Amino acid sequence: MADLSVDICNIKFKNPIIPASGVFGYGREYEEFYPLSELGGIATKGTTAKKRTGNLSPRIAETTAGMLNSVGLQNPGVDYFIQHELPYLLTKNTVILANIAGSTPEECAEVAEKLDSTDVHMIELNISCPNVKQGGAAFGTSCTMAEQVTSAVRKATAKPLVVKLSPNVTSITEIAKAVEFAGADAVSLINTLLGMRIDIHTKRPVLKNNVGGLSGAGIFPVAVRMVWQTANAVKIPVIGMGGVTSGEDAIELMMAGASAVQVGMAVFTDPYAPVKIIQQMQNFLEENHISSVKEIIGSVQPW
Amino acid sequence: MKYVQGNYPIIQKKAIAENVFSFTVLCPEIAEKACAGQFVHILPEGFSLRRPISIAGIDRKNGTIRIVFVIKHKGTQALADLHQGEYINMIGPLGHGFTLMPNAQHVILVGGGIGVPPMLPLAEYYQEKATVITGFRSFPQIILQEDFEACHAQVICCTEDGSAGAMKGLVTTPLEQLLSEGADAVFACGALPMLKAVASVCQRAEIYCEISLEERMACGVGACLGCACRINRSGNEEFLHVCKDGPVFKAEEVVF
Repeated sequence: MADLSVDICNIKFKNPIIPASGVFGYGREYEEFYPLSELGGIATKGTTAKKRTGNLSPRIAETTAGMLNSVGLQNPGVDYFIQHELPYLLTKNTVILANIAGSTPEECAEVAEKLDSTDVHMIELNISCPNVKQGGAAFGTSCTMAEQVTSAVRKATAKPLVVKLSPNVTSITEIAKAVEFAGADAVSLINTLLGMRIDIHTKRPVLKNNVGGLSGAGIFPVAVRMVWQTANAVKIPVIGMGGVTSGEDAIELMMAGASAVQVGMAVFTDPYAPVKIIQQMQNFLEENHISSVKEIIGSVQPW
Repeated sequence: MKYVQGNYPIIQKKAIAENVFSFTVLCPEIAEKACAGQFVHILPEGFSLRRPISIAGIDRKNGTIRIVFVIKHKGTQALADLHQGEYINMIGPLGHGFTLMPNAQHVILVGGGIGVPPMLPLAEYYQEKATVITGFRSFPQIILQEDFEACHAQVICCTEDGSAGAMKGLVTTPLEQLLSEGADAVFACGALPMLKAVASVCQRAEIYCEISLEERMACGVGACLGCACRINRSGNEEFLHVCKDGPVFKAEEVVF
């Protein structure tokens, strides 16, 4: 058996596969399919200081090899998360990344501060949600704002801090460097690409929010490129995501420089996708006589 | 493990109306747990999202369920292209179904168009205690009349154009007449304007009503929060989710 374990910010993951924030809720639903302990980690649904109701439906539109969503950070708020969801998740023998978001740097810091006194393993700060009017992507598309919000959260917590980056930028490496400078322990990327679909019979956008985030297999090459560029630009670890649907995809993203891989939309096509991907990675490593998955991180040999 | 996913064989395929197909699928573990009003989440090959399709028949003895669906776009077209003997990838049974009332003396089932099939498991349960009102645009869309009759339910068929010798008009006309004589409950599934009208008629008549909603869906199990619907429960309006909190809700809770 090849060793699938990885270490990020001194946290040991039994394998590099983490269901991405937003697709997995707080894990309860998927525990009806398989034990959560099989996963390397779980990135929980984005949590804000107060309860958020989210956007009007429709929030979902299928695309070729993917989908758009405009959920809009619907969540019960950090107090509810800490009281009702986190204690349960922490018994599941997997790394918990609490994904947080906010409309202002102060709100993000408030959420992080509350989580700081819990046993959550890592905080993933979302500065890239395309579906909310304030905060969200606005933080993630400006170096100054990205630095400011990361800095505020950094001061509020000693937990390992991962900052989740938006691909909807001119230069992802500049943003990555800004959050590294502001104290991020790692970055995760890519969040969804901003997209739109229109029903040509009604002339109405399919999503009630008009625009939404594109995810799924179609965005995978963009993820590989951005992970590769970012891993070459910063010294902190990179967690890769974006359209991963197979063990081969996960291996490819790790070769591009990812230390771990999040799985998003693939979970909707097949709830077992994360556990199948883990097995496929294991098979690849064994077939290629690679004793540890750590050996493949950043092993791409560019032309 | 509450949910199962698998590839299950289609043991019978029938075209039952224009672009409407009926599949009987052998899936004992889903049939064992399925209840009226629940759905299965089906992946057409080559697509990224599953299609939620309501369960139109549950046969625990033979380990089968039945689904009846209409071709809407490419995904349902791909499902319709499957043949008897081929396999279909399903997760199920999902969602919160209709309430079964063992002491009810008379219930009314209202189905509109492709909202008619989920009424069938209810008719099988309530048998002669059920009156089924089905509504269709026109003759070519009419489905499942003989299936309801086989349940010994009374069947009323309406078409918007009066074709097929059916009652001309909307399902609410016979519903109002029936409700004036009283009923224990009304269960409905169909397009949103129909559900809104049914809910309003039931509210006026002070008859308990449950309706089954539809929304664009991703995970199907309550994790992604994609299929939000506005529900007013105990005075607070909030977004609940069709896939897990529904698809069946008390009509009085739904904010149209």
